[in-house]
Amino acid sequence: MNQETLIGLFISVIEFGTLLYLAALGETIAEKSGVLNLGVEGMMAMGGMTAFWVGVETGNPWMALLAAMIVAALFSMIHGVAAVVMGADQVVSGLALTILGLGLAAFLGEDLVSKRPEARFESVNLGPLSDIPWLGETLFSMSALSWLAVVLGVVAWLVLTRTRAGLALRAVGESAATADAAGTSVVKIRLIAVAIGGALAGASGAHLTLALAPGWSEGTTAGRGWIAVALVIFGAWQPGRVLVGSLLFGGLIALEPRLQTFGVEVSPILLSMLPYLLTIGVLILLSVRSRNRPSVAPAAIGIAYRREER
Amino acid sequence: MADSAATPYAVELDGIWKRFPGVIANAGACLRVRPGSVHAVLGENGAGKTTLMNVLAGVYLPDEGDVRLDGEDRHFSRPADAIAAGVGMVHQEFRLIPTFTVAENVALGASPRLISRSAIEKDVAELAERFGLATVPGREVWQLSMGERQRVEILKALWRDAKVLILDEPTAVLTPAEAEELGRITSTMAADGRSIIFISHKLDEVTAFCDEATVLRGGATVAESLPVETLNGAMLAELMVGEATEVSQRRTRTAPVAEANALDVSEMWVTDVHGRNVVDGVGLTVRQGEIVGIAGVAGNGQRPLADAIAGLNSNGVGLVEVAGKDVSALPPRARNAAGLAYVPEDRIGVGLAPRMNVVENAMMRAYRDLSNGPFIDRDAAEAHAETLVEDYNVKVGQMHAPMAALSGGNLQRLLVGREIAGEPTVLVAAQPTRGLDVQGVAAIQRILLEQSASGVGILLISEDLEELFALSDRLLVMHEGRIVGEFDPDVATRSEVGAAMAGANAEADA
Repeated sequence: MNQETLIGLFISVIEFGTLLYLAALGETIAEKSGVLNLGVEGMMAMGGMTAFWVGVETGNPWMALLAAMIVAALFSMIHGVAAVVMGADQVVSGLALTILGLGLAAFLGEDLVSKRPEARFESVNLGPLSDIPWLGETLFSMSALSWLAVVLGVVAWLVLTRTRAGLALRAVGESAATADAAGTSVVKIRLIAVAIGGALAGASGAHLTLALAPGWSEGTTAGRGWIAVALVIFGAWQPGRVLVGSLLFGGLIALEPRLQTFGVEVSPILLSMLPYLLTIGVLILLSVRSRNRPSVAPAAIGIAYRREER
Repeated sequence: MADSAATPYAVELDGIWKRFPGVIANAGACLRVRPGSVHAVLGENGAGKTTLMNVLAGVYLPDEGDVRLDGEDRHFSRPADAIAAGVGMVHQEFRLIPTFTVAENVALGASPRLISRSAIEKDVAELAERFGLATVPGREVWQLSMGERQRVEILKALWRDAKVLILDEPTAVLTPAEAEELGRITSTMAADGRSIIFISHKLDEVTAFCDEATVLRGGATVAESLPVETLNGAMLAELMVGEATEVSQRRTRTAPVAEANALDVSEMWVTDVHGRNVVDGVGLTVRQGEIVGIAGVAGNGQRPLADAIAGLNSNGVGLVEVAGKDVSALPPRARNAAGLAYVPEDRIGVGLAPRMNVVENAMMRAYRDLSNGPFIDRDAAEAHAETLVEDYNVKVGQMHAPMAALSGGNLQRLLVGREIAGEPTVLVAAQPTRGLDVQGVAAIQRILLEQSASGVGILLISEDLEELFALSDRLLVMHEGRIVGEFDPDVATRSEVGAAMAGANAEADA
């Protein structure tokens, strides 16, 4: 094992971490408002396909990112209308979104498979910082999207804890009736949260097709959206912990193809199960810590709100 | 106190009518509250107190009548309108978010755009200080006692600068010390010029904390703005309960009560999640063929007592004997097998599964007898259900339709029928006729009398004094978890029983 391999691993950890964190942060915001959206994988696919397409057409990665976020946010409104406005079952509606998104992205992206990428997010050179050994080649050579993910995480944390809007969003996710009585519009806040979740899943897809593995093919999301859903639980619905979890799970994904190189005889299939096993472990830990303490999960998650049923 | 001629009333509810399908909740109720006073609203369960307050708080639109604040006509179509007009209501079920801090709960929906935790906590602490409300703004609500949670609800209203504060049975969830504390808080708020409406059943609190009292009965005001100094227990009980239908349908006992005991309960203690004794060393006996009634205002321990007797309350400790056999250590099924039947207060949920059909619900007690090994004997199950339906005159459209489609009376007939099909020694019936229509009530009461005549001991827990007087051989009154009085329904008056229910002679009998 040499320095080059290790640095390669670290870069890969950051890349996969970014992919997972963007999607998981969006899902965290949606779930904090009480809406479980299992459509992350589908939204990610729609975003990735859109980003690659716009990138091919315009050559501008930022245009491609913006388009991906808008398309995925609009796409997430299928879930928003069904689950939030109409009160449909959130699990069913979210699963439908995943299946629809994967199919639609494959269908619309059929002609893109043979295309060469015209737009990419390259690593950002921070001058002297990027010359620091180890750190310079990894952390200070991240792509703009990785920096964006970190900034968004800090912003999300500040908004959730330090603003009236964040308080209202968390209140809606804990007890919609209480928030409603306090004069908060439950449906509006939940729709906004779902749209933010969609936009961030779209950004995650854009990172996949413009930075991590430039190109488009059916199935390129490879279940990463599902890991993002698990990450929200693993991170106990907190943006900071979700970031740590994203790097950990990103590390597991980055390790998979390198195990052979490191001379470890473990099936990569076993390794790919680890994120889910860890999530189950965290769930159990969270539930045993105190009997009286309420769950860390938003109490109203998965429950549609209708005012008359108060 | 302000002079009424010069100053308009803080709150004036005039001729309020509110009808719900099949029920008239308010029939021309009136209420006038002077500014800066604590005003008690008294009445039995179902007297229309909460409905009237929900009209004032903008939850319900009245069908008729006027709402005036400070002499000005108001029309509230949403709770938010009432909050904006300065009316705050503390509901019996608190509306707090357990994982939020006290300060976050108080500020929710009424805070600056950017929140500094420390600044908000400081503001909340100052507000609390001003009104003498002990609280820790940084604590999360799930860690608080019921009394502390109530103070958070009051803080919420004060934070929005409520001029009129409605407290719906505020002491129901409080310990005596916490209740005293609340009395101090209400007088501080009144001294600040705010008006407090204090809903209660309890005479001692009303005389201690309030300036005036308005009494409701059957949705109408029967006494308006009485100074509390003029109140006494007998008078209040008479106003609340009424003397109109004195002992009219008293049943006649055909067979004498047997000597053998059907149910013995002694030293029964039940604690709630906060460690409070909600059943406080209760002992009682029901002889075979006897109907023993338990009267009491809701929430005085009747329900945990019934659950504990049936073995459904894991926080209950005490001796339970069915026909002389100690069943204290047995689980619910074994108690049932020993001859104890239970008709729970929650007929839907605890008693019946609303989405399952009639046949399935009917066999829930006896499913082991209706099975071949692991398989259900469908024919036997159907036959069992049909017997119940016929014997107890349950009107079902279809045997395989979900239970929820049945009316309350039919649900209850099936439930009672199912419970007594096992020929129990003793039947514990909790609120068996609550919410039923006239025929439903009559049918259930007839079944209870028949069972009594055939030797079953019945413990009848009810909030309906008429029913208790009509059916019981003996009448016990429960107050704050204790049996505070025993009455002979042939001799006692409603006023005496009502006074005991209000805790008037708690000290004397306890």
